[in-house]
Amino acid sequence: MQNRPLTPTLVLLAALALGWIALSYCTASPYYILLLTLVPIWALLGVSWNLFSGYSGLISFGHGAFFGLGAYAVMIGLTRFNLSPWFGLPLAGVLGALAGAAIGWPTFRLRGNYFALAMLAYPLMMAYFTGWAGYQELSVPLHREAPVWFMQFTDTHAYVLIAVVLLLSGVLISLAVERSRFGMSLMAMKQNELAAEAAGIDTRLWKLRAMMISGAIAAIAGGLYAVVVLVVTPSSVFGLVVSAQAMILVMFGGAGTIWGPLIGAAVLVPLGETLQANLGAILPGIQGVLYGVAVIAVVLIAPEGIYWKLRDQRRTAHIERPAPPPPAAVETIAATAQGEMLLEIDGLGKFFGGVAAVQGLTFSVREHEVLGIIGPNGAGKTTLFNLLCGVVTPSTGSIRYAGQSIGGLAPNRIARLRIGRTFQVVRAFPRMSVLENVVVGAYAHHATDADAWNAAARAVEQVGLTPYASAAAGSLTNRELRLMELARALAGNPRLLLLDEPLAGLSASDTDELIAVVRRLPSQGITVAIIEHTMQAMVGLVDRFVVLDQGQLLADGLPADVMRQRAVIEAYLGRNWEAKDAAA
Amino acid sequence: MNALIEQFVQVLAAGLTAGAIYGLTCVGLALIFGIMRVINFAQGDFIMVGMYLTVWIASRLGIFGDVAPFISALLVAPLMFTAGAALHRFLISRTTGLRAVGLSGDGHQAQLILTLGVALILQNGALIVMGSSPVSIVSHLSSSAWEIPLLIDEDSTLFLNQARTLAALVSVVVAMGLFRLIRSTELGKSLRAAADNPEAATYVGIDVSRAHRIAFGLGAAIAGVAGGLLVLTTPAQPFVGTDYIIIMYAGVVLGGIGSITGAFWGGMVIGLVQQISTLVLPLQLQNATVFLVFVLILLLRPQGLFGRSAERA
Repeated sequence: MQNRPLTPTLVLLAALALGWIALSYCTASPYYILLLTLVPIWALLGVSWNLFSGYSGLISFGHGAFFGLGAYAVMIGLTRFNLSPWFGLPLAGVLGALAGAAIGWPTFRLRGNYFALAMLAYPLMMAYFTGWAGYQELSVPLHREAPVWFMQFTDTHAYVLIAVVLLLSGVLISLAVERSRFGMSLMAMKQNELAAEAAGIDTRLWKLRAMMISGAIAAIAGGLYAVVVLVVTPSSVFGLVVSAQAMILVMFGGAGTIWGPLIGAAVLVPLGETLQANLGAILPGIQGVLYGVAVIAVVLIAPEGIYWKLRDQRRTAHIERPAPPPPAAVETIAATAQGEMLLEIDGLGKFFGGVAAVQGLTFSVREHEVLGIIGPNGAGKTTLFNLLCGVVTPSTGSIRYAGQSIGGLAPNRIARLRIGRTFQVVRAFPRMSVLENVVVGAYAHHATDADAWNAAARAVEQVGLTPYASAAAGSLTNRELRLMELARALAGNPRLLLLDEPLAGLSASDTDELIAVVRRLPSQGITVAIIEHTMQAMVGLVDRFVVLDQGQLLADGLPADVMRQRAVIEAYLGRNWEAKDAAA
Repeated sequence: MNALIEQFVQVLAAGLTAGAIYGLTCVGLALIFGIMRVINFAQGDFIMVGMYLTVWIASRLGIFGDVAPFISALLVAPLMFTAGAALHRFLISRTTGLRAVGLSGDGHQAQLILTLGVALILQNGALIVMGSSPVSIVSHLSSSAWEIPLLIDEDSTLFLNQARTLAALVSVVVAMGLFRLIRSTELGKSLRAAADNPEAATYVGIDVSRAHRIAFGLGAAIAGVAGGLLVLTTPAQPFVGTDYIIIMYAGVVLGGIGSITGAFWGGMVIGLVQQISTLVLPLQLQNATVFLVFVLILLLRPQGLFGRSAERA
């Protein structure tokens, strides 16, 4: 999100922080000051949740684990070791980060709802352990001799100040993450983990980093909570309501933006606390009911939260689409001399259970060649690409690329060797601009973010989408989306580019345009392999065809030769056609 | 040695009886998940509601004596069925099926969060309505036991708590009734068809949203009955559902997600693990072992121990 100005955001944040502190000085009531402290603390927990779940899309039901860990770390430090919270809070942060790594590493093996449920188990487990360890209830011992050293201020405005400063730091960290390759990588994962891996993003590593930062922030929030409320019990910091609150505040405000947790906390926390204070005596669970109602309302009315709902309403009013560019002049491209062997596949096979998806494949690709891989549905074309990209590991045989064996490497490692790919179904990030969509593919291959943005801009130009560079991807046509995906793969500066049915769903004229773009690639040093199931469109484009049928290599040769082969005709048109042909 | 054996047999019996009831709770959750692919977060709180309803009905059926709690537990079923079906009709169905198109993860995430909201409302609503002090059924069955002599020596005896044992038997009967319903009736067939391939089921004339509504209602009814059986030995309090959430998920995952019979055996194993762990671990960590088992299964053998493999995406 480099191309959005940062200054207004910072000014607004500073104004909000100062305004909040000023507001606290308008009241001397301990109750309101406590409320003004709790809002930023819960917002900080929300920021932590958002940093992990909001950007990565992996829902965590277990952030109470970090919050409670921080609260107990500060409390045990205080009561057992006489440790000042000034040191206890950073310690809580370190423990939170370690817990993030320890919890994240095994749990990332799970996806979707299973991940969410497994996360739920951690805080509940920790609640039982703290109870068993004899920490059923811990309260802050009074230290009248050194109140400031032990964060026991007589003027409780100081707590508001500390909470706001910590929250501001948390928001600035989020902002830095959001605007860097870190955030872009997380958001890319949220949309499509496979596509992100294929773009060279090490998804597990980024998730782990996000979880560690998130764990640290949540633990600090928990530690400060303990200092402010003076008493902690397993259920007050590890309880389901804590984990749920982290999520609900963000979902309510809007996930995946720094404003989400701030809006959520500013609305729901005061509302909940006020209800609790006024009605808590007769309706003790009113706060929980409020959160329940809030989350149901959000899911039904504005599933993506208030921030996005408002923003989308404002945006849809005036979406401008730039005028389409004039059609490019038809250019003739001199055939590029083909070079060395780039890819050598030998005896490649993949079995799922007892079923052979591909079997005994042997063929090779030369540098600067355009290879068409065709075959009927179920021929094993996509499995072949998945093998080449490391999405699945080969059962038999070898894949050598530029003299190096790559069979079984992780997808992001293979992407770093400059093998790019596109997918059958276009995976766009609808809210991000075309340029932002493309830059995701550039990060893995460029050391600095500035280089990545330059590479992205070049790739967008290569496919002729420059006029649309700042348009939201959600507003593109199918043709433009295909071109954008091609640009994303090109931004990774590939040496070998794998295109999976790039022509699917395009009209004849759109097809011609895409083919024109692909035809220019070999002269730019890119070797191309294209999957299609129709031959017609590809005949003028490719140098050579490889035909697959039922997982096996059927033919390999020049287009004109391949199309005459009996076996190919049989695979495509069936035996009857052949018989008719013979009769004629 | 004999004392050890006696202790072990005692724990085994406790595990089997607890396991049978857990098995029933797991069957309810698995039914909803297997047919609708919805993970119902509020299932534990349905159990809690079942507990309170049973206590309330039993207090009005005093003339039936010791049998009153069991009758009440079964009477909870139609109430919970209606409530569950209504909940599905007005809330859950709005994030499943066609309406879910375009939501991330086909609405599964939305459903999970929606049921979390329901769980929060039920828990805290119960706190408002029922208060925080635990409520239980006073029945002399709960405090009496059958004494079965073990044949290893003269004075070894197995004590079977009567309430718990009867509850376990009722659980098995209810679970078997449900298996029959799913396997051999028209209704069961349409439920299974709706689960296997909702689109194809629609083409052969099955009302899929009705099937989902019935499945959700049945799941809620089973949770209610299980709650009614649990309250014979465990007091009801507003947040008791949370204790059962993990037990249920552990059982369902253990049994293989989507398999209803597997879920019963999964729950049985959880009951045994939980009780046997008391031989070596302090009582407070009883539930922590269940969580540990849960996380270990998810990590090591996500397709479950008994069931067919399930997609994990």
